[in-house]
Amino acid sequence: MQLTEKHKEYWQKNLRLTGILLAIWFVATFVIGWFARDLQSITILGFPFPFYMAAQGSLIIYVVIIWYYAHTMNKMDREYGVHEGDD
Amino acid sequence: MATQSQSQFYASLKKYYSFYTGGFVAFVIIVAILEQMGVPNKILGYIFLAATVALYAGIGIMSKTADVSEYYVAGRRVPALFNGMATGADWMSAASFIGMAGTLYLSGYDGLAFVLGWTGGYCLVALLLAPYLRKFGQFTIPDFLGARYGGNIPRSIGVFAAILCSFTYVIAQIYGVGLITSRFTGLEFSIGVFAGLAGILVCSFLGGMKAVTWTQVAQYIILIVAYMIPVVWLSVKHTNIPVPQVAYGYVLEKVTEREKVLNDASTPDGAREAEVRAIFKQRQEAAEGKLKALETGGAAYLAEEKTKLEKTVSNLKASSAPDTKAIEAAEKAVAGYPADEAAAKKAWTGAANAAKAKTAPIAAHAEPFAGKDEATRDNKRKNFLALVLCLMVGTAALPHILMRYYTTPSVKEARQSVFWSLFFIFLLYFTAPALAVLAKFDVYTLLVGSNFSELPSWVGAWATVDKTLMSITDINMDGIVQLAEITIGGDLIVLATPEIAGLPYVITGLVAAGGLAAALSTADGLLLTIANALSHDVYYKMIDPHAPTTRRLAISKGLLLVVAVLAAYVTSLKPGDILFLVGAAFSLAASAFFPALALGIFWKRANKFGAILGMTSGLGICMYYMYMTYPFFGVNAPLWWGMNPISAGIFGMPVGIIGVVVGSLLTAAPGKDIQDMVDHVRYPSLESDIDTRAS
Repeated sequence: MQLTEKHKEYWQKNLRLTGILLAIWFVATFVIGWFARDLQSITILGFPFPFYMAAQGSLIIYVVIIWYYAHTMNKMDREYGVHEGDD
Repeated sequence: MATQSQSQFYASLKKYYSFYTGGFVAFVIIVAILEQMGVPNKILGYIFLAATVALYAGIGIMSKTADVSEYYVAGRRVPALFNGMATGADWMSAASFIGMAGTLYLSGYDGLAFVLGWTGGYCLVALLLAPYLRKFGQFTIPDFLGARYGGNIPRSIGVFAAILCSFTYVIAQIYGVGLITSRFTGLEFSIGVFAGLAGILVCSFLGGMKAVTWTQVAQYIILIVAYMIPVVWLSVKHTNIPVPQVAYGYVLEKVTEREKVLNDASTPDGAREAEVRAIFKQRQEAAEGKLKALETGGAAYLAEEKTKLEKTVSNLKASSAPDTKAIEAAEKAVAGYPADEAAAKKAWTGAANAAKAKTAPIAAHAEPFAGKDEATRDNKRKNFLALVLCLMVGTAALPHILMRYYTTPSVKEARQSVFWSLFFIFLLYFTAPALAVLAKFDVYTLLVGSNFSELPSWVGAWATVDKTLMSITDINMDGIVQLAEITIGGDLIVLATPEIAGLPYVITGLVAAGGLAAALSTADGLLLTIANALSHDVYYKMIDPHAPTTRRLAISKGLLLVVAVLAAYVTSLKPGDILFLVGAAFSLAASAFFPALALGIFWKRANKFGAILGMTSGLGICMYYMYMTYPFFGVNAPLWWGMNPISAGIFGMPVGIIGVVVGSLLTAAPGKDIQDMVDHVRYPSLESDIDTRAS
C-alpha cells in the first residue's frame, strides 16, 4: 500500500490537531489542579475558580475538545478524500 | 431488518425510545397514584424493581440473536447518539450513581478527582483510540493486540489483563446490585445479588452485545431521570432556580460562611460544636489510655477491667432500689467486653480513631488539599493529580468501554459517538457536585441547630435502617443538634435526597431503580467482555479457529453463565472496599493496555517483543505495588513517594511505556504487513486498502 504526499499531509495535520487538543486537555486538568491553592482567591459565578473548574469548567472543555475533534476530522476526511462511503 | 437502511433504522430507534420514555413516565405516575391510594412503601419498592428488571429482560428477549456479528458488536449499526447513551450507562456504575455525590459531600474539592478523571479520560479515548479501533473493526481489544503485534502471546496477555480488570470491576457492580435490592425489598444481601444477576443474565445471555446495547440505552434514560428529579427539586427548595448546576455557586457561598461560623468558638453555634469536640477528645484519650494499659498490663489488665464491670452489675442489682436501665446498660457493657487481647486492641483502636475523626474542625468544602502543614497539602495534591491521571488513562484502556466503539457503523460515527458518550456522562457528573453542596447546605443549616425532639423524619427513618449511613446522638446532652454529633455515610446522600427534598416515596423508588440500572448496565458490559475474551480470543482464535458459529456462541453463553455465578459468589464474600476495587480496575487497565494500544497506533516501530515487555512489566509493577501497600493483603510496605495504593497505575503506566519502547528498539522492526495495517487504521478509507474487518 503506497501512501501519497496528500495522505502523509493528512496524517501530519491529524497529529498536530491531536497534539494541540491534548495540550489544552493537560492545562485544563493538571496545570489548574497543580496551582489550585494559588488560584483560590479568584471567584467565578460565586464559586472559587479551582472548584468551579474541577466541578464544571474543565468538564465543559473536555466535551468541546471531543466535539471539535470529531467535527474537524470528519471535515478533513472529505478534503483529503479518505472519507468512508455514505450509507 | 437487513433491508432497512441505516437512516430508517435511526428514525425508528428514535421513535421506539420516545415511546419508551413516555411509557416510563406514565409508569412512574401510576405508581405515584398507587402511593396516594395507600399502598405500602415496601410494595412500591417491589413494583419498581420487578418492573425495571422485567423490562430489561424483555428487551433482551426481543434482541435475541444467533448471528456472530450481532452477538459480539451489535451488528455494527448502532448510531452515534444511541451508542453514546449506551456507553454512558455502561460507564456509570453504582459508584458513580450512588457513591459519587456522597464522596463529594464527605471530601469536598478533593473528591472532584473522580469527576475529573472519569470525564477527562474520554479525551484520550476520542483522540487516541476510538476512531482507529473502529477502522480496525474486529470484536475485542485482545483482537487488536493480536493483529497488531502478531502471535498469541500479546493476545493472551491482553486476555489476562482484560479479565483481571473487568472481574475486579464487576465485583464492585454486583455488590451495588446486592446493596440496592436488599435495602429496598428487604431481601437478604446474597439473595439480592442473585436476583439482580438473573436480570443481567437474561439480557446478555440471549442477545449478547445487541441486547446489552439496547438495554443500556433504556437504562441510561431511567438513571438520568432518576438522578435529576430530586436534585432539581432540592435546588428549587433552596434557591428557587430549577437549574442546580448554575444555582449552587450561591449555595456554596452560604455553606462556606456557615463552616466559618461553626468553626468559630466565639459564636454560640461554634461554642456548642467546640464543646462536642472536646467530649470526643476525652473519649479518644480514654480509649488510648486503655490501649496503653493493655500494652503494659496484657491479659491481666483485661481480666481486671472485666471483673470491675461485673462488680458494677452486681452492685447495681444489690442496691435497695434497682435501676433497671442502669443494670441493662452495665450488663450490655459486660456482654460486649472484648474476649481477648487482639479483640480488645481492635475495638479500642477503632473507638480511638472514630473519636479522633470527630475532634478536628470542619474541613472547608471548596478548599483544595486542606492540611495542617505544607507537607500534608503537597502530598494531597500529588495524590489528587496522580489519581486523576490513573482514572483518565484507565478510562481509555478499559476493554468494556473501548469495545463499544466497535459497534458504530463508521469511523465518522465512532468519533461523534465519543462526543455523545461524554455529553451524556457529563449530564450526571456535573450534577453530582451540585447535589453534594445542596445536601450539605440542608444538613448544616436546617439540621444543625434544630431540636432533638423535632428531627426531620428522614433522619429517624435512615438512622433506624442503617447506622453506618446515618447516626445521630446528643453527645453533650443539650437537646440541640451539633454537626459533630451527626455521622453520615456517603451513600446516604443520593439515597436520601428525595426525602430530604420532601418528595413522595415514589421518587425514592425511582432513585433505587436508577441505581440498579447503573449497576446492572455496567455489570452487563463487563460480564460480556470477560465471556467474549474467553470464548472469542481463547477458544476461537487460539484453540479452534474452525469452530462453527453455533458452537462459538454456545461456548460464549456458557462462559457468561459460569463467570456470572463465579463473580456473584466472590461478591457474596464481601471482599474489600468498593471504591478501592473500582480504582484498582482503572490502575490495572491503565498499566496493562494503554501503552501497547496507543503506541501500536501512533508508533509504527512498536513490535511484538516491545508489547510483551511493556504489558507484562506495566501490569506487573502495578499489581506488585497494590499487593505490597493495600492493607487488605496485609503486607503494608512503605509507600513509594507517598502514593496511595489506589493510584498504583502511576508507576505501571511509565514502566509500560518504557517497556514497549525499549523492547521494540532492541529487536527488529515489524514487517511490512504490520506497517500496512497501521496505515490502514490511520485512514478511515484508503484506495487499494487491506481489510482487517472480522466477518
